[in-house]
Parts: sequence; C-alpha cells; structure tokens
Amino acid sequence: MAEPALELRDLNKAYGALTVTDHVSLALPDGEFHAIIGPNGAGKTTLIHQISGLVPSDSGSVWLGGRDVTGLSLPERVHRGLVRSFQITSILPGFSALENVALAVQAHEGSSFRFFGRAREEARLNAPAMQALEEVGLGNRASVRAGLLSHGEKRQLEIAIALAARPRVLLLDEPLAGTGPEESAVLIALMQRLRGRMTILLIEHDMEAVFALAERVSVLVYGRIIASGPPAAVRDDPEVRTAYLGEEGG
Amino acid sequence: MMMPPESGPGFLKREAVPVLVFVLLALVPVAATFGAESYLLSLVTRVMIFAIAALSLDLILGYGALVSFGHAAFLGLGGYAVGILSAHGQTDALVQLPLALAVSALFALITGALSLRTKGVYFIMITLAFGQMAFFLAVSLAAYGGDDGMTLPGRSRLFGLDLIKNDRAFYFAVLALLLASYLLCRSIVVSRFGRVIRGARENPQRMAAIGFPLFRYQLAGYVIAGTLCGLAGFLLANQAEFVSPAYMTWQRSGELIVMVVLGGLGTLHGAIIGAAAFLLLEEWLSGFTEHWKMIFGPFLVLVVLFARGGLMGAIRRIGGGGHG
Ligand SMILES: Nc1ncnc2c1ncn2[C@@H]1O[C@H](COP(=O)(O)OP(=O)(O)OP(=O)(O)O)[C@@H](O)[C@H]1O
Ligand SMILES: [Mg+2]
Repeated sequence: MAEPALELRDLNKAYGALTVTDHVSLALPDGEFHAIIGPNGAGKTTLIHQISGLVPSDSGSVWLGGRDVTGLSLPERVHRGLVRSFQITSILPGFSALENVALAVQAHEGSSFRFFGRAREEARLNAPAMQALEEVGLGNRASVRAGLLSHGEKRQLEIAIALAARPRVLLLDEPLAGTGPEESAVLIALMQRLRGRMTILLIEHDMEAVFALAERVSVLVYGRIIASGPPAAVRDDPEVRTAYLGEEGG
Repeated sequence: MMMPPESGPGFLKREAVPVLVFVLLALVPVAATFGAESYLLSLVTRVMIFAIAALSLDLILGYGALVSFGHAAFLGLGGYAVGILSAHGQTDALVQLPLALAVSALFALITGALSLRTKGVYFIMITLAFGQMAFFLAVSLAAYGGDDGMTLPGRSRLFGLDLIKNDRAFYFAVLALLLASYLLCRSIVVSRFGRVIRGARENPQRMAAIGFPLFRYQLAGYVIAGTLCGLAGFLLANQAEFVSPAYMTWQRSGELIVMVVLGGLGTLHGAIIGAAAFLLLEEWLSGFTEHWKMIFGPFLVLVVLFARGGLMGAIRRIGGGGHG
C-alpha cells in the first residue's frame, strides 16, 4: 500500500502566546522506525498528544493509513490501530501486571458491557495478555501488582499494554526515561525486536539508542521540524549541530 | 460466561463477614419475638433499605471514585413513584416498582450524562445541584403534600394481595432484595464492566489510551447505581408509609456517603455494615441526648482518621488480614 501508515499534515498548537507545534508535517511509510529528537521543551510530548488525540490541534490533520482521524477521540484512534505510551509511566498500579495487559486485550476483544462472569478468569483475555507479557520479558512477573514492579519493569509493562492493543502505528514517548543502563538495554533490545513489525514513532533523548534503532530521524526544535532524514545525514546537518547536537558536543 | 462456584476451605474465611452479616439479619425476626418486635423489625428493615442505597452508592463511589453528592434524589424518586401512584389509587407493586426503577434510571441517565462531563469537585457540585433540583421539585408538588409530604394509604400490594402488609413478611422481602442487590453488585464489580469502572478509578488516562471511552461505562454505572437506589426509595416509602422531600435533602446524600466511607469504600459488605453502624448509632445516641450529633461527628472523624478502610478495614486488621 502506497499510503503512509501515519501522516501529519501541517499540525499546529499554541498554549497562549507559546507556539508548541509549528507547521509540523511528516509521513511515515508502513513499517518505518522513525525517531524524533529535540531539546527539552521542544514540543515532542505535545506532538504525541496531538497525534494520539489526547490534546486537540489548533489546525492541521492526522492521517492513519490514508484516513483522516483528526476528528476522532483518543480511544477511537486506539481502535484504528494508533497506540501510544506515556513519558511519565502510566499504568494501573493496583492491578496485577497481567490484568493491566488483559484490560488492553479486553478493550479490543468483544464487548465490555458484560456484567456477569469473572473477567479476571477469562482465558480469552489472559492468554493473549500473557503472550504480550512474555514478549516484553515480564512473563514471570504476571501476578505482581503493577505498582510494585521496578521502574524498568513498569516501562516494559507499558509496552506490553500497547502491544496487546495490536497497534499498526506505535507512538513511544521516551520509553527509556528514568531507566538505568541495564534497564535501557532490555528496552532497546525489545524495540529492536518490534522493528519492522509495525510502524513506530519513537521520541528519545538517548542518541545512541536513536541512531541504533531508527531508519529515519526528525529533529524538533521550538515546535518546528528543522531536519528529517537518515540518522547519518541528520547527524551531519549543520543546522542540527548548532541547534541541538552542538549543545551536547560542547 | 458463568464460572464455577467458589468453594473449598478458603471460602468461609474469605466470605466470613458477608455470611455473618446475612445470617444475623436472618435471625433478627427470631430474636424480635422475645420483645419489642415491631420496633426491632422496623429499625432493622430501615437499616437494610439504607444498606441497599449505600451499596448502590459504593458501586460508583467506592469502585468508580465518582463522588455523587446527590444520590438521595433516587431515594426520593423511588419513594414518590409509590406515593404519587398510590394517591391515584394505583397500589400494586407490579406497577409501582417498575415505574420507580424507570424514573430513577431516566433521571440518572440525564443527570449522569451532564455530570460525567465534569471531574472532581465540579462533579460533586453538579450532582449536588441535581439533587437539590429534585428536592425542590418535590417541595413544589403541592398536590402531593409539598413541604409536608404525604401519607400513603398502606403498603404496596402484590397481585392485588396484601403480601407485605405484615411487618415480618416485609422484613423478609427486604432482606431478600438486599441479598439480591448485594450479589448483583458483587457480580458487576468483578465482571468485564466492573473492571473497566475500577480501572477508571485507578488511572482514567491510561484507560482511555487502552481504548476505553470511559464516559459511556461510567454513565452505565451511574444509571445502575441510581436505579438500585430507586429500589431502596420504593422500599423506604413502603416501610415508612410516608414520603416527603426530606428523603432527598443534601444532608441525606451526605449521610449515604458517610455510610459507605464508614463501612469501607469499595467493599460492598462494608456499605451494609456502614449503613447499620450509622443508623444504629444514630438511634442509640439519640436516646441519650438530642445533641447526639456532637458525639457522632467526632466518632466519624476518628473512624476516618484511625480506621483507614472504614470498619471493614478495622475488621480485616483485627482478623489478621485475610483478603482485600
Ligand atoms: N498544558 C500546557 N499548558 C501550557 N504549556 C504547556 C502545556 N504542555 C506543555 N506546555 C509547554 O509546551 C512546551 C513543550 O512541552 P512538551 O512537554 O511538549 O516538550 P517536550 O519536548 O516533550 O519536552 P521534554 O523533553 O522535557 O519531555 C514547554 O514549554 C511546555 O512548558
Ligand atoms: Mg516530553
């Protein structure tokens, strides 16, 4: 299919006088692993909010597989295959890890207007949930309360929840945020395995991870995409070096 | 999809409290034969009716974190359905009860659809406002007693028969309905639907990102809770043989919240225990002094401060912590 899996057309967003998303257009072909980098406060999270439908855009549109989803709510977009994670861990802390994922399966498997029968014991929900947990490496932590998992495990759990929704396009907002070196190695390996299986838009500060994973990289500065291309080209772009990478290079 | 019934050695320990509660309630009429029968029966009948109302509130408050401050409106709606129909000569429960439930469900649907668009304090305020609207509507019903309320010609009839005229028969009817309400709520809480409601309490944003449009689930929960409370209103009118706007004061809504919190939020049997504790303490303390609220207030503060999880939390801790 020639239609891009995800396409952003001239998205804009301002909070009062502060322009946070400035004429952002981007097209991700099916199966691409695309990373967005940019300094703190560049508007990366806001962009993910706009794409996922959590925050309305001032103007512009979001297209999923050639269909305009701009008017759809967050849950509706999820049902079209546009699934996201959060920069700040967002799980159901009082539920077991398995139930966190089983709920995601439940959202996509039949009706939730069922008032009888124990949801927790439904094999139809638990089996795919277990599979997703194993996929992210949490198979042996299924019965642990999600709130008691380590930070890295919570990040893995969030990805399992997203996978259980069977995404066509997966938006990951800094999945490595706050993780130690060992935890990030696990998560990077996990993203490596997901590569090519779905279209992924990754926001990440960790340059090493970005350049290892992404097929294309876009650089967001003050809400504007200043460069977009293969990692090597972006790294050598003079504008990028002054605006962003230069800061790190010193 | 029905699951095998719970059984095994863990069952009694796990279910000790609710089993004990219902066994005690079943034994009350026996104990009552030894004296003060009609007083005791009517007091505990009232407790059970409020227990149904508290249960229904626990469903959305305890499990859904929806602090509805207008829940007493449904007591009034159920009660006035009985009162108004009786005033027009329609005394059969087969007509009164469905109407009481339908009116409650409709009111919940309309007010819920508006209230659930708000969150937090605004939700509390708007449910309070709808509760007050219902209250003033009742006050304005001059044809049905206005401020003073109206006395019913008698209890509802069933198939034209006086089946619940007898206090003891009425007691058992209410007990059966309380048990049915309790089992229904328990089923809902662990069902797929209940899991969505509970998830929304924990983290609504996560639930939306999973793909749940929460509004419609919360609205359904609100309608179920309102309808169940309408049943309590229907029963309350029959118990008192009198309905008045006092059924739906905002203080009454507050008392329902207190019952649920006192018993322990999100436990269901806690709501029953909370309703019993509230009404029995009120009865007992008001026997000592008319200033009983001076004692009752601090007591509530102590329970909330020191018995986190309400009376059920305290029972669990004393019992060595069984289930959650
Ligand atoms: N709800 C809001 N109201 C007002 N300003 C906001 C709001 N959300 C974000 N902003 C501002 O918009 C800008 C972009 O924020 P955003 O969180 O999108 O940046 P980011 O690129 O994700 O940053 P980080 O790398 O720190 O996660 C910041 O200046 C932020 O203060
Ligand atoms: Mg961010």
